[in-house]
Amino acid sequence: MKILVCISHVPDTTSKINFTDGDTKFDVNGVSFVINPNDEFGLTRAMWFKEKQGASVDVVNVGGPETEPTIRKCLAIGADNAIRVNANPSDSFFVAQELASVAKNGGYDLIIAGRESIDYNGGVVPGMLAALLEANFVNTCISLEVDGTTATAIREIDGGKETIKTALPLVIGGQKGLVEESDLRIPNMRGIMMARKKPLTVVEPTGSASQTETTSFSKPAPKGSVTLVPADNLDELISLLHNEAKVI
Amino acid sequence: MSVLIYAESDNGSLRKGAFEVASYAKGVADALGTTVTAVTVNVDDVAVLGSYGVSKVLKVSDDKLSKFQAKAYSSVIEQAAKAEESQVVILSSSTDSKYAAPLLGVALNAAVASNVVKLPKSTSPFVVERTAFTNKAFQDTQLNSAIKVICVSNNAYGVKEDNVTAVAEDFLPSIDAGNLEVVSIDKATDKVSIADADVVVSGGRGLKGPENWHLIEDLATVLGAATACSKPVSDMGWRPHSEHVGQTGKPVATNLYIAVGISGAIQHLAGINASKVKVVVNTDPEAPFFKAADYGVVGDAFEVVPQLIEKLKAFKSAN
Repeated sequence: MKILVCISHVPDTTSKINFTDGDTKFDVNGVSFVINPNDEFGLTRAMWFKEKQGASVDVVNVGGPETEPTIRKCLAIGADNAIRVNANPSDSFFVAQELASVAKNGGYDLIIAGRESIDYNGGVVPGMLAALLEANFVNTCISLEVDGTTATAIREIDGGKETIKTALPLVIGGQKGLVEESDLRIPNMRGIMMARKKPLTVVEPTGSASQTETTSFSKPAPKGSVTLVPADNLDELISLLHNEAKVI
Repeated sequence: MSVLIYAESDNGSLRKGAFEVASYAKGVADALGTTVTAVTVNVDDVAVLGSYGVSKVLKVSDDKLSKFQAKAYSSVIEQAAKAEESQVVILSSSTDSKYAAPLLGVALNAAVASNVVKLPKSTSPFVVERTAFTNKAFQDTQLNSAIKVICVSNNAYGVKEDNVTAVAEDFLPSIDAGNLEVVSIDKATDKVSIADADVVVSGGRGLKGPENWHLIEDLATVLGAATACSKPVSDMGWRPHSEHVGQTGKPVATNLYIAVGISGAIQHLAGINASKVKVVVNTDPEAPFFKAADYGVVGDAFEVVPQLIEKLKAFKSAN
């Protein structure tokens, strides 16, 4: 089985979010970047397929040279090959088309993407990619088993979960549950050394079109201060929630 | 040329999100000088959609659509959009709608904007405001495609009543389920889901162990709320991952979010930030959650929550 894991290079979850260039660009100053958490769950599941079922695992990222440390980390975790599409990931449709091109060229059976990236939270790249490839698609995937060309996946739904039988080629939008947090791997020195020698192929974009552009960013208005209610006067809390906040 | 919505349902009943999507769509339709058409799947009674601004309903009834299938459903919506020559197609931000939206976007060669929180700032060019960086920012996005697909954030625009008469007609699209079979659905029918809830009660490490979760559940029951938890709680296996709210878990955009024994890590706060009113109960007055909350009680959950439950019961029976 040939697996492609799509990796997004995103600000660490603790990052302060600021904008620059007249509030049109994310300010990367002082921000550390990581593998998108939803992608990392998928990558870790891919490692399981590699070790237990002999799958090969490639990773792909659409981004500039600045994303290479994140890509190398994927190789250090255990991916075999990496591909970087040398382009600014301008919007979801652009990224999905570029990923589709890499996926078609590589003849992958299973493509694992994260349900959404934690930066722009679009959540549409996996679905667009599946549609462009005319592959089966399971989103919000929390469990995946593959037997030959048959796949059994569990999808999280609002208020529960759903078990799905489908076939390869398959695209999933993965999230926590594919593996547990405790299954995530911190690259060891051997992995890091080996990652330096693994192929990281840079390909130029195919000239895909974007459909959207960001005109500006803004931040939520600062919050007013909290109203504290004494623990021995909960009637006041109920009164505030009823009369002031009008939520009960 | 009408604005098309997919009015989501569950077992034949329209979901709350459908009314919010209809309300939002009416606002878009007014700005564009057109009307709202809804497409429904296996819903008998659709007249109520008129109360939220829908003029026309395309009713699809087919046993092949008894379970949600993203490909089949997106194809139904696509066919409806083509029949209506819709330039704007609007869905909710439910798990199912976000599953179908990108498939629909590719089929219609349409840009997709998810997590949209406000009516378009302008319709030519078409610019919407959406949340990004897990509610830490807003992003104004211009959609340059001829057809636009929008997923409206839950609970952001709200439900707005209207008094349009919804004219229903049967719609018979071709149905393609693709090579994907839903084998089983495991869903608690007696509990409200986090996505549909008006109130969410959430517990953190301050609860000290899963055996104390009855406090959270009882408080949720009084309020008709869904239950949720912080990341450490799901990582330790006290509660299922499906209840984990926060940046890598589920986003919560509810009217009232009550956090019990949750300190308020930045990732948690990001995930619940879109909720309208936040209440925190925590022993530590320095807990970061107090900076993000509207109302706070400094106190021990094991003392505060049982009292709160009793007082809320009394309040509920009196009101």
